Amino acid sequence: MASIEIEKLEKSYGHVSVLHGIDLDIRDGEFIVLVGPSGCGKSTLLRMIAGLEDVSKGEIRIAGNRVNDLHPKDRDIAMVFQSYALYPHMSVAGNMSYSLRLRKTAKEKIGAAVAGAASKLGLEPLLERRPKALSGGQRQRVAMGRAIVRQPKAFLFDEPLSNLDARLREQMRAEIKKMHADLKATSIYVTHDQIEAMTLADRIVAMHGGVVQQVGSPLELYDRPANLFVAGFIGSPGMNFLDAAYLGGAAILKDGSRIAVNSPAAVQEGSGLTLGIRPEHIVITTDGSGMRAGVELVEPTGFGIILHLSMHGLPVKVFTLDRQALALGGEVTVSFPAEHVHLFDDEGKRIG
Amino acid sequence: MKQSLLPIVAHRLAILCYIVFALFPLFWLLKVSVTPNDLLYSEGVRMWPSRTTFDHYAFVLRHSAFPTFFKNSLIVSASTAVVVTACASLSGYALSRFSFRAKYWIVALMLLTQMFPLVMLVAPIFKILSPLGLTNSLTGLVVVYSAFNVPFATFLMQSFFDGIPKDLEEAAMIDGATKFTAFRQIILPLTLPGIAATLGFVFTAAWSELLFALMLINGNDAATFPVGLLTFVSKFSVDFGQMMAAGVLALIPAGLFFLLIQRYLVQGLTAGAVKG
Amino acid sequence: MTMTADTLGRRHDRRPWLTRLAHASEPYLYSAPSLILIVVVMLVPLVIGISYAFRDIQLLNPFSGGFIGIEHFRTLSEDPAFYGALRNTLWWTGASVLLQFVFGLVLALLLDKPFWGRGLVQALVFLPWAVPSFLAGLNWAWLFNPVIGPIPHWLSGLGLMAQPGNILSDPQYAMWGPIVANVWWGIPFFAITLLAALQAIPRDLYEAASIDGASWSQRFFSITLPFLAPTIAITVLLRTVWISNFADLIVVMTGGGPADRTQIVASYIFTQAFKALDFGYASAIALVLLVLLLVYSMLIILLRQTLLNKD
Repeated sequence: MASIEIEKLEKSYGHVSVLHGIDLDIRDGEFIVLVGPSGCGKSTLLRMIAGLEDVSKGEIRIAGNRVNDLHPKDRDIAMVFQSYALYPHMSVAGNMSYSLRLRKTAKEKIGAAVAGAASKLGLEPLLERRPKALSGGQRQRVAMGRAIVRQPKAFLFDEPLSNLDARLREQMRAEIKKMHADLKATSIYVTHDQIEAMTLADRIVAMHGGVVQQVGSPLELYDRPANLFVAGFIGSPGMNFLDAAYLGGAAILKDGSRIAVNSPAAVQEGSGLTLGIRPEHIVITTDGSGMRAGVELVEPTGFGIILHLSMHGLPVKVFTLDRQALALGGEVTVSFPAEHVHLFDDEGKRIG
Repeated sequence: MKQSLLPIVAHRLAILCYIVFALFPLFWLLKVSVTPNDLLYSEGVRMWPSRTTFDHYAFVLRHSAFPTFFKNSLIVSASTAVVVTACASLSGYALSRFSFRAKYWIVALMLLTQMFPLVMLVAPIFKILSPLGLTNSLTGLVVVYSAFNVPFATFLMQSFFDGIPKDLEEAAMIDGATKFTAFRQIILPLTLPGIAATLGFVFTAAWSELLFALMLINGNDAATFPVGLLTFVSKFSVDFGQMMAAGVLALIPAGLFFLLIQRYLVQGLTAGAVKG
Repeated sequence: MTMTADTLGRRHDRRPWLTRLAHASEPYLYSAPSLILIVVVMLVPLVIGISYAFRDIQLLNPFSGGFIGIEHFRTLSEDPAFYGALRNTLWWTGASVLLQFVFGLVLALLLDKPFWGRGLVQALVFLPWAVPSFLAGLNWAWLFNPVIGPIPHWLSGLGLMAQPGNILSDPQYAMWGPIVANVWWGIPFFAITLLAALQAIPRDLYEAASIDGASWSQRFFSITLPFLAPTIAITVLLRTVWISNFADLIVVMTGGGPADRTQIVASYIFTQAFKALDFGYASAIALVLLVLLLVYSMLIILLRQTLLNKD
């Protein structure tokens, strides 16, 4: 196991630059999730750590050693691919032992390592099968098995669950988490699914446009998103954003509603800002206080209800556990608790 | 919903016509080769002779130089197939997996070789090979045929490599393989159908080549089957039974190879054709 | 402090240089064997061949070899046999390509439908392609031979021929012999390529069109043909060039006769090199053929480009 440091890392293809100076310190044994929309550079970053892409500028260190020019085979890392990339002409055991055979490990040791990994993942009855004869979930397990057999310095995961159906994804997610708790291996996990990011990560690295937007624990990103991008990306349904102006210690919405905020120190009177609030934090009031909003759409999820409201033309989503009968076209009153209101300046940065 | 019968019947009939057209000449070849000489003219247009014989085959195999021709052709075609497939696997892999500056030019060069009249090379190649002692030699033919077939074989192999996900090599490299080890242990085994198709295609092409063999070979010792057959035809053009028996023999290896690999060949061309 | 960092940096950079070189040369190493073969056996002879066109090269004449400028081309411009061969090449190529394409397309359409035994049928109808070209030539020459083949008897039975004669020795119709052999031999190539392209057309397009009420012919012209068009264009272009270079069948079946009526440019080159041993003149003809084919390809590509730009 090892720490990984990334310093001022850049990547460009010709004139197109895809990573703009990434800095990241990954501690030994940490589970890091790189999350962001497709094209944000997260996979490129992962592939650069693996050695599958050249470094244009900057430095990558694994266990303190610069690896920029090291061939993937010499970096001692393991990777789980989205497509699993199992060797079709080898059995499950053959797939899992390939790396050890390449290293000319003694036969008994290989046998023990494969047996150990297989029992951990419940693959024992499948060892002699070819990948073609496995289900999607089983292939995923074999790909994981291939990674853990070797006890590498770090595990890299490139969207490993995105080819599975929802039920299986949930199950494998839990297994990956269990495995990490068990092996304590440094892991870097790429996904575009913010639920995976929230549930798995010790720390999340949110990326957008080739730039790291925020690094922090899942709850930090949820509670105190550093900017509009992170605020919008983390959480489902997504955070509501409303344009507002700051006047007299409160945010004034376009329709004139006044919303009390925990008065932030550094906001200038009269300046424009964006107010954000998560759907699950909006309170539907029963005493008639608060702002009036029309019900435009009701989406029951079983667990709760997502309401699409219109506050004088401003769209607002609310998530509530209350199964109250809300008629389409009816009216409700809502309030925004000050402790849950996020403010962002005109560059999209968090205020306060 | 009941489908009307007429289109189906028309479809099957049309297919039948194609089969008859494709196979009739070969059938005729076979028919004449087993017709005894005394029936050849009296039963000229009958579909099958009243009596059959293998005398023509026996004669061709025992009393002519055809076994030598056959052996020469086998050596030349097999060697060419192996050489070309080895070279084309490497270059096809380079074209499929690397992007490098000269790639465009290599592709252009290979396309060019498919365009110009090969007969143009007859004279220069003769002049180059003759001082090297490679005229009238099987080695010379193998060299020439290999070069002729490498471009197409490269494209064929490339299309097979393109069909293998890049992830597999990357996984192998992360598992600790060098790029070449990944090529050898992971990619090549998965390209076996492609290799079979290329071997078969090149074998058939080398087996059929006539003009350069005519030009570069004289005398029976190094003659390939096409040259031998053609010499035979121009010398004894009345021994139809024997000629056709020899023709059937010439057809066997190429036909066998083709039937074995045609599925893969269609598959490879499919990939190539789709790319246009 | 900065000093150390600098030397460290330099030491880092020494290895990358070698690694980078190895990295950059990798694709060239993979391509080298093929490239060497092509350059030595095709490109160099091609250049030499072009130079021959301007020299007097006769194999049996030890005093030949001198530079004679455009003498060959002057002879060529007054060579009636060459013009005849040029005309025959057009005829031979045009008829062969057209017939191969039409029959190949129909066969591909027939094979595109699933039916019982399709694999076997496919193997059988593609079989002629595996037949060595010289054998295909001989085979058809025999079929056309009234002594041994049935075709003349059928033709005369149908009243198309006064009496069973050999079409290959009839100056008027001799060219049909090699053309028929070529069509028989070349249909599979077109069929395979077009079948591949047909199978790449998404099936739901047809389903959508059927639901929209398109008839078979409407579907064919609005979906199939547009999808096939690029494949057809490229295949026809390549085959045209290839067939005009393809002399085997003619050399085997007629040797260019009777009275040069089946002599195409490619077989004429071969005759000049192989029979007359006049390499210089052969190379000059070959060069002219090469230029004509290049011009033809350029025209087609230009035409395609303008058609594409119009859309």
